[in-house]
Amino acid sequence: MSDLEAAFDEPAFVPYLCVGDPSVERTREYVQALVRGGADVLELGLPFSEPIAEGPTIQGSVVRALEAGVTPEVYLDFVESLDVDVPVVCMTYYNLLYQYGDSDGPESFVARAAEVGISGFVIPDLPAEEAGPLRAACDEHGLDLVFIVAPTTAGERLERMVELSSGYLYVQARLGVTGAKADVSDQTAESLAKVSQYDIPKAVGFGVSSGDQARHIVEAGADGVIVGSALVDIVAEFGDADGDDVPDRLEAMARELSEGVTAGAEDMAKPEGQ
Amino acid sequence: MSLNDETRREDGDTTDEDRPGTFGRYGGQYVPEALMPAVQELEDAYERYVLGNEDGFVDEFRRRLRDFGGRPTPLQRADRLSDRFGTEVYLKREDLVHGGAHKLNNALGQVLLAKYMGKERVVAETGAGQHGTATAMAAAHLDVPCEVYMGTRDIQRQRPNVFRMRLNGSEVNPVSAGRGTLKEAINETMRDWATNVEDTHYVIGSVVGPHPFPEMVRTFQSVISEEAREQVQEQAGRLPDSVVACAGGGSNTMGAFHEFVGDESVDLFAVEAGGSSLAVDEDAGVAPNSASLSTGSDGVLHGARTKLLQDSDGNVVESHSVSSGLDYAGVGPELAHLVDTDRVTPVNVDDDAALEAFHLLSQEEGIIPALESAHAVAFADAHPEQLGELTVVNVSGRGDKDLESVIEETEKRELSNAPSMDVFSEVGR
Repeated sequence: MSDLEAAFDEPAFVPYLCVGDPSVERTREYVQALVRGGADVLELGLPFSEPIAEGPTIQGSVVRALEAGVTPEVYLDFVESLDVDVPVVCMTYYNLLYQYGDSDGPESFVARAAEVGISGFVIPDLPAEEAGPLRAACDEHGLDLVFIVAPTTAGERLERMVELSSGYLYVQARLGVTGAKADVSDQTAESLAKVSQYDIPKAVGFGVSSGDQARHIVEAGADGVIVGSALVDIVAEFGDADGDDVPDRLEAMARELSEGVTAGAEDMAKPEGQ
Repeated sequence: MSLNDETRREDGDTTDEDRPGTFGRYGGQYVPEALMPAVQELEDAYERYVLGNEDGFVDEFRRRLRDFGGRPTPLQRADRLSDRFGTEVYLKREDLVHGGAHKLNNALGQVLLAKYMGKERVVAETGAGQHGTATAMAAAHLDVPCEVYMGTRDIQRQRPNVFRMRLNGSEVNPVSAGRGTLKEAINETMRDWATNVEDTHYVIGSVVGPHPFPEMVRTFQSVISEEAREQVQEQAGRLPDSVVACAGGGSNTMGAFHEFVGDESVDLFAVEAGGSSLAVDEDAGVAPNSASLSTGSDGVLHGARTKLLQDSDGNVVESHSVSSGLDYAGVGPELAHLVDTDRVTPVNVDDDAALEAFHLLSQEEGIIPALESAHAVAFADAHPEQLGELTVVNVSGRGDKDLESVIEETEKRELSNAPSMDVFSEVGR
């Protein structure tokens, strides 16, 4: 069992932040705050100029991180220097992996990621059909490759994706792009039911923004909840000012979400009728 | 593959995975998972309706191209350019297609296909506005709701086209991210598609994007070379020695080249926008050109592996051209492959030369070309010795949409052949 899979022994809270928004050093403080608040896995974004799967919130975060000078090398150094005891997943787009080290393939990036302690990847623009070279490189270096299952995924494609995926399955809660929403989509339960038969942790992301939502998602059968935009909103609204309280706000939000996940797990554990 | 070949299938050739949708090492389907079923549904529809003529799709498409689109367009001998270049010059007049550009060939094909697929809505991106205009016209013609995404900078440069889209009943959504040009408009359209994928078709505007778009758009556009090849043999009694077409994303390029690719004696020149310089400013994240075939490197953008303008980390840089229709940091994967295999020669001309050629064609032949097409004419003007004895230059569109840009850009320069703009100051502009 990989570190990543082990992190889902109990239902897990998985926060996302883009490294470098608004600066690498602030990200370090933010990440530590999220861990204090109960993060079980960290999804850390490596910014790419064309984030086509992201909504306005994370798109803005990516632009700020690029403006702060975050390159793949800066990102990898940052992860290497991170002092946290939860697994780190790198979330980015394929071209950055493809270009790294002039290797004409993703292997050099994966090798370096393994060295700095990254546990796995989520690559939104890499469907199963194109993932052969990256899957092979991840296998070679002992990293997980997490695939996103969309509400539109079904049939043989779903089977193939589950076969290729390791660590956890990223279950997309709704169609569209990333972004915080006030409600839990009906598509979430349907999507979870679709993958329930597979023996791999399932983490739900896209649109989760409150502890209450996290609780309902775990009650619906998820093994984890991924939250990005609701946290990035805090960075965007309150960050980059002298003496700001963003770490405190992030920690509080993380605690709410983490407690929601735990409460959902406890509800699931209760005997029927109580 | 042309629309004449209903059964022949020439899937990706020598690829890593040896599967459909690749051209050598280029192409593929690099899109978010939510879009994959739509891409596969489109692939299936393309094979059935476009390649298989199921339900008479191709017959209807050809009829509408003729009756609504005004095809075939003429292949016109350009007498004065022929004298000037010392070679026989024929112009393929795509500027005479309804709407003023080759873009309608593809837009009509895709909107019709969306109807056959039962989609309720289409979205499109546009740079110069010609693709948006063509899609809006096709959507009005076929009664399909349409929304178009367009960069704010391009909206400023191309106001007449924005108005034309609105006249045809389409929504135009401004995109202000980045430099507000085509690359950003494509990102935003992909986001819309990912959100509404179940009832929406994305009418992509060039031979770019995930499979089957590059092959499908080329198939719709290959009517250009299908006609030109027949016309030139009829009128000149022979094949040309060369075909010249401008290249941004590459749809008119592939359309003009496709039927000549098998004719080894015909040289194919893809003329890119050299902008103000071929250098890339990595610190600023800007390439002052759009010459991805000439200067780009392999990468993955907007669903395909192709040649891109990017920095050493793999972030895509902002491109530039005086012609907003060429202002794109990538290019179609098939064109990249044809360049790699030495079948197509990539060349480029700068903004100044394109503007001079805009005035040249206007004065010498009475044809006001799109700034995109002016790039093709500029190459022919600068290198007549490479054209052979008979050349076909694709005039991909007409220049009405570019007049405001041309007035502004001409005033900034000392162009040898530009008309005086004094008349404006004399009337107290």
